[in-house]
Amino acid sequence: MTDYIIKVENLVKRFGKLVAVDDISFSVAPGEIFGFLGPNGAGKTTTINILCTLSKPTSGRAIVNGFDVVRQQSQVRQSIGLVFQDPSLDVRLSGLQNLHFHASVYHMPASIRDQRIEQVLRIMELWDRRNSEVRTYSGGMKRRLELARGLLHYPKVLFLDEPTLGLDPQTRSHIWEYIHDLRQREGTTIFLTTHYMDEAENADRIAIIDYGKLIAMDTPDRLKNIVSKDIISVKTDDNDRAVEEIRLRYRIEATRDGDGLTFEVANGEEFLPTFVREFGTKILSISLHQPSLDDVFLKLTGREIRQEAAIDEIKTIVRQYDRRTRH
Amino acid sequence: MKLRQSFVNTIVARGTSAMNNLRGVHTLWYRDILIFGRDKVHIISSITLPLLFVFVFGIGLSARMDFLAPGIDFTQFLFPGIIGMTILMSSFTAGVSVVWDREVGFLREVLVAPISRASVAMGKTLGTATIAVIQGIIILLFAPLVGISLSAWTVLALLPLMLLLAVSMSSLGILLATRIRSLEAFHGLMSLLMFPMVFLSGVFFPLQGLPAWMDVLVKLNPVTYGIAPIRQVILGASPDSLFSISLLGHTMSLWEDVAVLALFAAAMILLAMWSFGKQE
Repeated sequence: MTDYIIKVENLVKRFGKLVAVDDISFSVAPGEIFGFLGPNGAGKTTTINILCTLSKPTSGRAIVNGFDVVRQQSQVRQSIGLVFQDPSLDVRLSGLQNLHFHASVYHMPASIRDQRIEQVLRIMELWDRRNSEVRTYSGGMKRRLELARGLLHYPKVLFLDEPTLGLDPQTRSHIWEYIHDLRQREGTTIFLTTHYMDEAENADRIAIIDYGKLIAMDTPDRLKNIVSKDIISVKTDDNDRAVEEIRLRYRIEATRDGDGLTFEVANGEEFLPTFVREFGTKILSISLHQPSLDDVFLKLTGREIRQEAAIDEIKTIVRQYDRRTRH
Repeated sequence: MKLRQSFVNTIVARGTSAMNNLRGVHTLWYRDILIFGRDKVHIISSITLPLLFVFVFGIGLSARMDFLAPGIDFTQFLFPGIIGMTILMSSFTAGVSVVWDREVGFLREVLVAPISRASVAMGKTLGTATIAVIQGIIILLFAPLVGISLSAWTVLALLPLMLLLAVSMSSLGILLATRIRSLEAFHGLMSLLMFPMVFLSGVFFPLQGLPAWMDVLVKLNPVTYGIAPIRQVILGASPDSLFSISLLGHTMSLWEDVAVLALFAAAMILLAMWSFGKQE
């Protein structure tokens, strides 16, 4: 066997003049949870679409489960499961009928189909509601049904494109329990895209993608080491003066971030009391935090991922609302 | 565990076989039937308009009209046409359901499945066509009420004719749906195409003695070649070829009509399968 289940080599995808995916290469080991992290429009979904044969690369190649995504489409499709960012269920059918449809287009023999359907529905706690029409399901139930469906045909790789977008935190953490459980139980490789930093921390390895380029790839812990120090965010009544003062007094270069500024110090907890006592510019608010992936992203790109994520989430909620009211 | 391993390995190694594609066609077909069966309101509403045409429009006009042919009044003349119209209107919605599936996202589930796109288009065509034929049969059940008696043989002969019309129209609908992305635009285009196709097909009037411009349009309309055979089978071929199409001075036989429509249907299906395969 090979030591990778996904291998991507110099992948490029252009839409006219726009380079959505710009010469990226990586591989994913079997059984790994691999996270693709970046703001929307960074090229995550485009990459997933190529890996699951929905879109053809402009150049470069990608291998999934030993099959080429361009030349061996149906073998790749049989090897993978997908949970899309947007819902893709037939809401007029019951949960059970949605799974029957799936089992059938994935050529599952009847002998293992029924048993497997019951198993995945029980894992996702949907067995009791299996005969209800999907339109009566809540958002979280629909997403769980999509997960159940994505893993129904024993995929070698499960692609999760923003699996918990627009869900409440409790449902989100439940879904993560299922995903970890699934990896343990069936050794499924998980390929995940997200722009939630806390979600990305569930991954064994993370690739950070921005403007179509891979800018970092490592374990969450080692990525956090990029930002080795603690971070202080401060808002003052005169930020320009504050930057100047921090530079003169502590020889630290602060960066502007929205209407405040941030800078790094070695030992934040000890630094903070002294800072507040000595600082000449009027402080409006101040906070200290230990490094997270957000900071890694900020450090690598100079932008904060969360602002974009928040806007995106609102868009998704509006879109779902639209859809509901239209029916 | 062993069982599942063997399933995964054999399936993956085999790729997409002809058998798998047939199963794909069947699955897509079955989904349409399931949804149709669940939707009682849809079943009733789909036969309301045709029945209004036959029993209100038809009977209302017949009262002031002479027999069109010996023993055949206007309602009886209209009846086979309305069956054709029912099938046409119903099968055209195949396109709506594709656009709908794209809009609610379900189409992606279908497009990433390990079945060929062509079999998806085929399953969809056959599913909608089957439903259209079922609706046609429901209308057919009212034949005795307008004084038309049907033999089992007639009904059997009608089935393939109805299916042919249904298949040609549903594949046309699917072909259009692969090109048109929004539900609103599709509805617009549908009524733009559907009503001329209904009115210029001989559903409502005999095809003899029409003004030249209309005559041309009627004969360019593929639906014309679907309505005429249905009428000839239900009412019997009339001696003065009132129910037939005459093309360039030649009175077409039922088989010639069928051949024209079959050619059109084959072209539409092939185009629909091709166009469906090209979408991303």
